[in-house]
Amino acid sequence: MNIMSNSVRQRIRSIMFKLPLMITCAEFEAFVTAYLDGSLSNTQRRVFEFHLAVCRECRDYLSAYQSAMTVTRDVLDAETADTLADVPEDLVSAVLAAQKLQNRR
Amino acid sequence: MQPTRKGYSELDCDAQIKHNASAAARGDCDLNLPESTDLAPGTEQKPHALIGQDKTATEQFVRANLGWMLAVAKRIVTDAALAEDVVQDAFSNVFKNLETFRGDAALKTWMHRIVINQALMALRKQRRRKEQPIDELLPEFDGSGCRIDEPSMLSHLAQTPEALLLSSDRRQQVLASIDRLPDSYRVVLMLRDIEEMSTAEVAEMTGLTETNVKVRLHRARAALKKLLSPLFEGTAL
Repeated sequence: MNIMSNSVRQRIRSIMFKLPLMITCAEFEAFVTAYLDGSLSNTQRRVFEFHLAVCRECRDYLSAYQSAMTVTRDVLDAETADTLADVPEDLVSAVLAAQKLQNRR
Repeated sequence: MQPTRKGYSELDCDAQIKHNASAAARGDCDLNLPESTDLAPGTEQKPHALIGQDKTATEQFVRANLGWMLAVAKRIVTDAALAEDVVQDAFSNVFKNLETFRGDAALKTWMHRIVINQALMALRKQRRRKEQPIDELLPEFDGSGCRIDEPSMLSHLAQTPEALLLSSDRRQQVLASIDRLPDSYRVVLMLRDIEEMSTAEVAEMTGLTETNVKVRLHRARAALKKLLSPLFEGTAL
């Protein structure tokens, strides 16, 4: 039942995306970065958002794409906090020793 | 923007780091440079003039900046030992060129570029293991251009408490996923999304065209979405 409704939905989508001012998911994909950057023209943005409004797959996709960006940033921020909290003392000494040598030359 | 002058006595970075580690690492934190208030008016030195000359000022400078530089280097080269080498080389470069630093950019911005350049050079030299092609991690479409994509729990994560996302295990899994990206894509993702550099700056530093930077950034994010999705299946929402 579920498979059936998915294939019907798929067919409806493929017909719908051929209508004027509609884009396919593949075309939508090409605009994602520019959309998030805010660098689409007004018309492009309207077309992009129209696709987003009618296509659940792309809505889920964009949301997951943004979550992946957030998770990545959060994890790297946590890594940074760990690095900052535990600066290796031997590296500080090595940098200072190298600087001393460099200064003498 | 000129760097703000701060006293020796306190590591202002530390306070700010506790408050917001990411902002500090991305260059929003003061430089903790020695004050020059003992100088007569009109004879003010450049804030960085004592670095490399005065022992205490130099040590203060190294301590205030080594942490964030190491964090940047680790993000790019991914190997902790190599990141330490990168930081040493970056500092050597900073000390060598400090005299020629003209102060038309913030010192920290200048140093940020130095450490990134050094890390990129180290990465190029190292040429790691054979990379997995990114194509199989990119979104798929059917013949009509319709998305064929498994629904991902990631799309519901916006409302998930941060603590759930950042358990130690999960952090390691996310880091491993990032590491699976081919270097040439991962680096662009790091420079644009984490180091917050512009497309033009990334193009200049990597030698790619701006169009290529944009394409790689999008592909890296899309691939990461696919790599991270399985990690969050079954997450209680």
